[in-house]
Amino acid sequence: MAKAFAYYPGCSLHATAREYDVSTRAVFSALGMDVKEIEGWVCCGASSAHSTDHLLALVLPAHELQAASEMERPVLVPCAMCYSRLKLTLLELERPGKKEEVGKALGKPLGKMPAVLHPMEALREEEIPVKRPLGGLKVACYYGCLLARPQGVVPGEDLENPQGMDRIMARLGAQPVPWPFKNECCGASMFLAKKDLLLRLSRRIVFQAQEAGAEALVVGCPMCHFNLDLAQRGTEHPLPVLYLTQAVGLALGLPPSDLMLKRHFISPLPVLKGKGIWPG
Amino acid sequence: MKSLVIIPSPDFRRELETESGERVSSCIQCGKCSGSCPVFAIMDLGPRRLMRAVQLGLREEALGSNTLWLCLFCMTCSSRCPMKIDVARVIETLRHRAIKEGVRPADREIALFHRLFLAEIEALGRAYELGLGGAYGLLTLRPWTNLREFGAMLRRGKVPFIPERAAGSGPLFEKARKAGG
Ligand code: SF4
Ligand code: SF4
Repeated sequence: MAKAFAYYPGCSLHATAREYDVSTRAVFSALGMDVKEIEGWVCCGASSAHSTDHLLALVLPAHELQAASEMERPVLVPCAMCYSRLKLTLLELERPGKKEEVGKALGKPLGKMPAVLHPMEALREEEIPVKRPLGGLKVACYYGCLLARPQGVVPGEDLENPQGMDRIMARLGAQPVPWPFKNECCGASMFLAKKDLLLRLSRRIVFQAQEAGAEALVVGCPMCHFNLDLAQRGTEHPLPVLYLTQAVGLALGLPPSDLMLKRHFISPLPVLKGKGIWPG
Repeated sequence: MKSLVIIPSPDFRRELETESGERVSSCIQCGKCSGSCPVFAIMDLGPRRLMRAVQLGLREEALGSNTLWLCLFCMTCSSRCPMKIDVARVIETLRHRAIKEGVRPADREIALFHRLFLAEIEALGRAYELGLGGAYGLLTLRPWTNLREFGAMLRRGKVPFIPERAAGSGPLFEKARKAGG
């Protein structure tokens, strides 16, 4: 049977990161998987809910988990922030008494909770029929905080040197470079409150990727993407930042309208054209 | 530390350990957390000294520290602590505690950001960058600071003019509030 997912896009994928939403749907459908958006989903609360209120931080994601369990499908979550919130909620609900407490707050008891997957996890296991190999493009795969930590949240990934995206990229014909900043923090949601800090943290990451010889960065998080992309506006020799699903879509031979590569601040077109892998 | 008179509160550590489920008392002050922390340079205490403050029951120092607000919850400290303390979780617990007790946040800008973000998703169900950015700019009396970035985002269609709505998160906030007491 074809794989089927309950899809939780989260707020970013409907706004700043529409290209991640569109490319994820396109890639999964090209691979014959059924992705159905959870109806009436609400914001998971991101960093603000867990920053300020313990119960609220569980109630918002639990609402989504409950909806997916009614669809009897595992949840596919492209945003690493939402992914982490949902996964940490699953773990938290296993602590004694928590499931009852949250179910009571929600007004209905929580049933069997669904599995939660990031596209990296789903694609790691998948056969990808490569139509347009990525021509040895040197990529630095950036996992950020939330695709590597904490221990046991992303199954099968090493905390200090995760490999999931690197392996996928190698299978697409790209050349992932080893580098030391795979899981350094980019500054998360500090754009409004601490922009200088965010720019400093993000630029360090870009610099390290450049030092390692990368021609592009590959990410699985709209927050990381926004920060790394934004931090390079107006800098010389910037590195384009691709979403994992855009890279997979390129290799699958999907049309430009499924990849939306022109929405980034730093255009990936020159690099892709140079390698002969621009589909336009 | 600010005050010369240090008033330790012996229950503080115990309460915090119960609330967070983490054994702060087993911290050996190795400093691996602070050494790994991406924001350490601008923190007053940083994770290691914050753990020490909790161990010693220095409630005011702990709850008033800017470390609670600057922490990005990147979890590097938690993943590297040799004593397996989930340091980020302890910091989070301290922040919830500080909010509950009405301690003045040591970083007002970050606290304001979180408040606005939550108010927005309570009202709309989903986040809306333009509204959030505008409200933040007005309330900090610096409405122009991020104008260039928002302009660039609008040009690429990254932020819609009209917010998206989802019913249902207002009631969830209500429920959490009621259940939280
Ligand atoms: S890493 Fe762990 S043991 Fe070491 S100082 Fe930090 S909290 Fe204490
Ligand atoms: S979780 Fe917070 S305290 Fe720990 S390393 Fe990250 S920013 Fe620093």
